Amino acid sequence: MKWRFLAAIPLALLFLAIVAPGAFADSTDLKLSIAGKLDPSVGINTIWVIVAGALVMFMQAGFAFLEIGFSRAKNAGTVVAKILTNFSIAAIGWWAVGFAFAFGGPLGSFIGHDGGFFFTHLGANSVTAGGLTTFHPSFPVMALSDATIESKWFFQFVFCAVSLAIVWGTTLERIKFGVYIIYAIVFSTVIYPIGAHWVFGGGFLQNGHWLGTSIAGMQDFAGSTAVHLIGASGALAALLLLGPRKGKYGPDGKPRAIPGHSMPLFGLGVLILWLGWFGFNPGSTLNALDGRFAEILFITNLSGAAGVLAALATAYLKTKAIDIGMAGNGAIAALVAITAPSGYVEVWAAPIIGAVAGVIVVLGVYAIDKLIDDPVGALSAHGLAGIWGTISCGIFTAPRLAQYNAFGDPQGGLVYSGHFTQLAAQTIGLTIAFLFVFSMSFGTFWIIKKTYGLRVSEAEEDAGLDISEHGMYGYPEQFIPQPEYPGGPPVHPAPSGAAATATTMAAHDPTRA
Amino acid sequence: MKKIEAFIRHEAFEPIRTELLERGFPSLSILEAKGSGRQKGIVEQYRGSTLTVNVRPKLKVEIVVEDKDKSLVVETILKHARTGEVGDGKIFVLPVEEAIRIRTGEKGEEVLDPHTETETEIPA
Repeated sequence: MKWRFLAAIPLALLFLAIVAPGAFADSTDLKLSIAGKLDPSVGINTIWVIVAGALVMFMQAGFAFLEIGFSRAKNAGTVVAKILTNFSIAAIGWWAVGFAFAFGGPLGSFIGHDGGFFFTHLGANSVTAGGLTTFHPSFPVMALSDATIESKWFFQFVFCAVSLAIVWGTTLERIKFGVYIIYAIVFSTVIYPIGAHWVFGGGFLQNGHWLGTSIAGMQDFAGSTAVHLIGASGALAALLLLGPRKGKYGPDGKPRAIPGHSMPLFGLGVLILWLGWFGFNPGSTLNALDGRFAEILFITNLSGAAGVLAALATAYLKTKAIDIGMAGNGAIAALVAITAPSGYVEVWAAPIIGAVAGVIVVLGVYAIDKLIDDPVGALSAHGLAGIWGTISCGIFTAPRLAQYNAFGDPQGGLVYSGHFTQLAAQTIGLTIAFLFVFSMSFGTFWIIKKTYGLRVSEAEEDAGLDISEHGMYGYPEQFIPQPEYPGGPPVHPAPSGAAATATTMAAHDPTRA
Repeated sequence: MKKIEAFIRHEAFEPIRTELLERGFPSLSILEAKGSGRQKGIVEQYRGSTLTVNVRPKLKVEIVVEDKDKSLVVETILKHARTGEVGDGKIFVLPVEEAIRIRTGEKGEEVLDPHTETETEIPA
């Protein structure tokens, strides 16, 4: 029994035999560097892409704290295990096939297939034709940036991991841990890569004029649809099959609040996500030297600010309370909404887009809560705001930026062009992306439900996922009485006053040794 | 007068509370208790070691009623707290010598009566 894992060794060897020959990828950049011929712009742009990607990676901490804060204390620890597991599965899946499906060429395809599986067959490093140099032409949508292919891989991988993290917002406090593992594999290798390919990986929706139609290219600069709506679509599918948390709806069918255990942790999560967005949108330039990233960061921040204020005002008008959770939801929704237009609109449009998102998220949370149990408001903040952000491109996209990015109607959105070409492309694109991801996810979760099961038992839900799924508490001192805690303070504290008691406790508490 | 002390599962409290309220017994206290009985403890796994916690969390409900109401309250608790599994808890009934309402100094069984006149709302 103990040695059963040895069976994995031949499998691993087989795997290496398949992958290894091409695994040591094209090191053209290194050769150029040794010869002293590497263009400094490669280094500068790569630094920016890696720094931005690291900021986006840090958003995993944001999602962790946001979800932990909105969970009850008995379900706090499980979120940590989930975030680590999902991020890791996504890393392997993205390396194996995800990147190749999502960003591989050719332009306008259904699924990328020009190379990049297991990060092999990456193709030429750069091609110069007609005086124009394109970089990594096997991944044509990123060909304008000379940042190294490794940095492009990493930057797109952390996006996949963010989208996966969004899926689980609706499933807190009742889902089986194994479901995370199964769905993460499917999501990071099939669902996200294909959906993202269509929307911002150079696929048919982005390229436009598909199947002989005259539909314009869809604009989604950093992923209101490709990352956020895709994540929220998976979240909706999971929630519909999973059902509400026990006790969420009273005998009269009315929703009841199940307050999360830590608003400070929630707030930390929101601020980390906001920080991460400074990599998410500005980094999607994949380029530091064109100087656009600062403007995009500025636009992103303005939208977030407008979202907080609009959400607070809306919540106050509806409930007469200055709602902490809604302030955070407003920030997230506005940042989600500005994600698609951040590289397409002028600065003046950003506060409008953010403020509308702030209103949408609050009304959305109130409406959705009456029907289905979404503990963190993911369906509103990522789904509805993602839809609004995608549509807002069709309204506000500036012609100069549409032309610079080279996707969509070069005459811009409704307010510039006066016609609905771009708005139609946005609406059709997000509908197709939603239908694809929702049906794929619903099918996956349906199969999991019929075979492995989606939900823990009622007794496990009562006890909390920390003890039932992980055999330990996230906050043990809250659940284990002091007399049973090894090395805890004595049952009868020393009688000589408070100072002596504190000393006694310190002496017994190994963490203060 | 009798004092009813019931150790129950957390999830049994809400239906008990609802029914007692409907039957005209708004006054009760609850305490978060930890105790052990026939039900086994919880084993916590922590980085390869285990820790057995022998006492489990329960709710202790305390209600003081007139003698004639005792069986009604006990039946209500039994009805909602019983799942048939080990760990449903226990009910103890104790005699009470005296009851005094602190605000007015009233003594005796009338202290247990819920107010009939319209109460002004007390600020939280």
